Amino acid sequence: MSAPIRGREAGMARDVVSVAGRALRQIPREPASVLPAVFIPAFFYAVNLGALEKFAKGAFDYKAFLLPMAIAFAVTGMSRAPTLVTDIQSGYFDRLCMTPIRRSALLLGLMAADVVVIIALCVPVLAIGFGVGVRFSSGVGGVLAFVAFSALWGLAFTGFPYAVALKTGSPAAVNASFVVFFPLFFLSDAVVPKQSLTGWMSAIATYNPITYLLGALRSLITAGWQVGTVLEGLAALAGIGLVSMTLALTALRGRVLKGS
Amino acid sequence: MQTTVEPASSAASAYPAGLRPGAAPAVQTVGLVRRYGEVTAVDGIDLAVAEGEIFGFLGPNGAGKSTFIRVLCTLLHPTAGSATVAGFDVVDHPQDVRLRIGVALQEAALDDRQTGRELLALQGRLYGLRSAEIRSRLDQVLDLVDIGSSIDRLIATYSGGMKRRLDLAAALMHNPEILFLDEPTTGLDPTSRESVWAEVRRLNSELGMTIFLTTQYLEEADALADRVGFIARGRLAAVGAPDELKRSIGQDLIVADLQTDGAGRIRGDLAGALADLGDLAAIDSVLTEDERLVLSTSNGPAALSAVAVALGNAHLEVKSITLRTPTLDDVYRELTHSPVTGGEAR
Repeated sequence: MSAPIRGREAGMARDVVSVAGRALRQIPREPASVLPAVFIPAFFYAVNLGALEKFAKGAFDYKAFLLPMAIAFAVTGMSRAPTLVTDIQSGYFDRLCMTPIRRSALLLGLMAADVVVIIALCVPVLAIGFGVGVRFSSGVGGVLAFVAFSALWGLAFTGFPYAVALKTGSPAAVNASFVVFFPLFFLSDAVVPKQSLTGWMSAIATYNPITYLLGALRSLITAGWQVGTVLEGLAALAGIGLVSMTLALTALRGRVLKGS
Repeated sequence: MQTTVEPASSAASAYPAGLRPGAAPAVQTVGLVRRYGEVTAVDGIDLAVAEGEIFGFLGPNGAGKSTFIRVLCTLLHPTAGSATVAGFDVVDHPQDVRLRIGVALQEAALDDRQTGRELLALQGRLYGLRSAEIRSRLDQVLDLVDIGSSIDRLIATYSGGMKRRLDLAAALMHNPEILFLDEPTTGLDPTSRESVWAEVRRLNSELGMTIFLTTQYLEEADALADRVGFIARGRLAAVGAPDELKRSIGQDLIVADLQTDGAGRIRGDLAGALADLGDLAAIDSVLTEDERLVLSTSNGPAALSAVAVALGNAHLEVKSITLRTPTLDDVYRELTHSPVTGGEAR
């Protein structure tokens, strides 16, 4: 008779893959969780183009200018936080905590799944952009960099909904947290170039990290390889990521130790 | 009334009689306390459970059972005191504890958007099992816990009983040494309950698994447990084998339910009856509870007629009179002066 099978620690990498795999498997079973994320940005893109393109008066390529807004809309706040909250409420999160899973894999696995989803979301939005005539002056490499940057952007923001999910365990709170992104968005040059913004909005936009993120994405489309601009965007991204990850990991530690 | 049940705060009585000298207990707590802010859910519990034992933790809702189990399962840290599971401290070596325990908590902790098979496979992966090991364990576990063809359907479609079974299967995937069950049959129909009991007995007898279960059902503790611990308001009121505990309050019980008038007062001369009954040599003690008298005696059949006469002389109207052996509920009332559950009587 062979030795009985006993449990052992799986290791961080395997744990992250297990958590990410489960999260990704759920998506086709709940298409409602991603379809709005494709439709709404496409809708805003079309509407804003239709309404505002004339104001650009041919002075610059407004379609290219606006495309990063559509991407940003699609990926900012996109996360598995609703799934996490469901797990917390159902007690499944506790079941996971009672396994030897590395605590941080509970979060990192979900974030890995988020990166996959975000990259997938870029595809239809870019397709719409190409469809209406947007062309990348930085070539294929620029497109890849664009997608990579968008993935990092989305990832940097996921910390916030996860922090809310872990801290509150409340689906209502997680849904409400999306609303926080709205002012951040519209108090930037997402829709209108900074020089055309009125005084107070222009001032806020100058300090709004979203402005620099959008600047980096736009430069890849219209200005070739502007390393300085891209680095500014990466710095803004790193700053946001640092804050959001700290919040999320602190909230995770609070929940696994308190174990309410 | 003299009780021969040892107060469980003395460590000696908290150790199982059959524990071999030098053998480490499967579960041990020393002065375990867990507070939530102002509320003390677990108020200093000393307990030891031997390897291979089925231990039942009996108490009403709010007594602290679930909190106690959550500390043992590494979900909560103790506020004070210590807990050792499978030889490892739950605070210092939680990973070692987690590898050796399986847990099924009160609410089945499942994911509606996975199939049963996917959930069990994920459990296996989180315990470091390879694919071949997972396949093998799936067969073994499904042999113990019958889920049938639903294993490949989404958990959202499962009935309550099937979810509980899957929850138990998930707890067993990594072949734990110790199984923790928090109210395993609360809310289940009698057939499902019987099958859970059969599964628990099988795990213990065939695999030698130590089982720690909490329950509010006396019959469950009586039927399954080698030893029972009573918990009330966060403290351990008594520990012992069910038969020992029942014997400790007398051989037989005579239970008389009395007629009341419209206002709820007992008709007849209750005080006189109590005086007469107290004088009877055959009667060890009399407990009154609303409209019920509970008399303990070493020989029920012999005492029954004398009791009936005493009640008749006092013009008490007897709705029913029953002769029975003590139940764990009687032990619990004796110790805590409150019932385990509202209206749970045989």
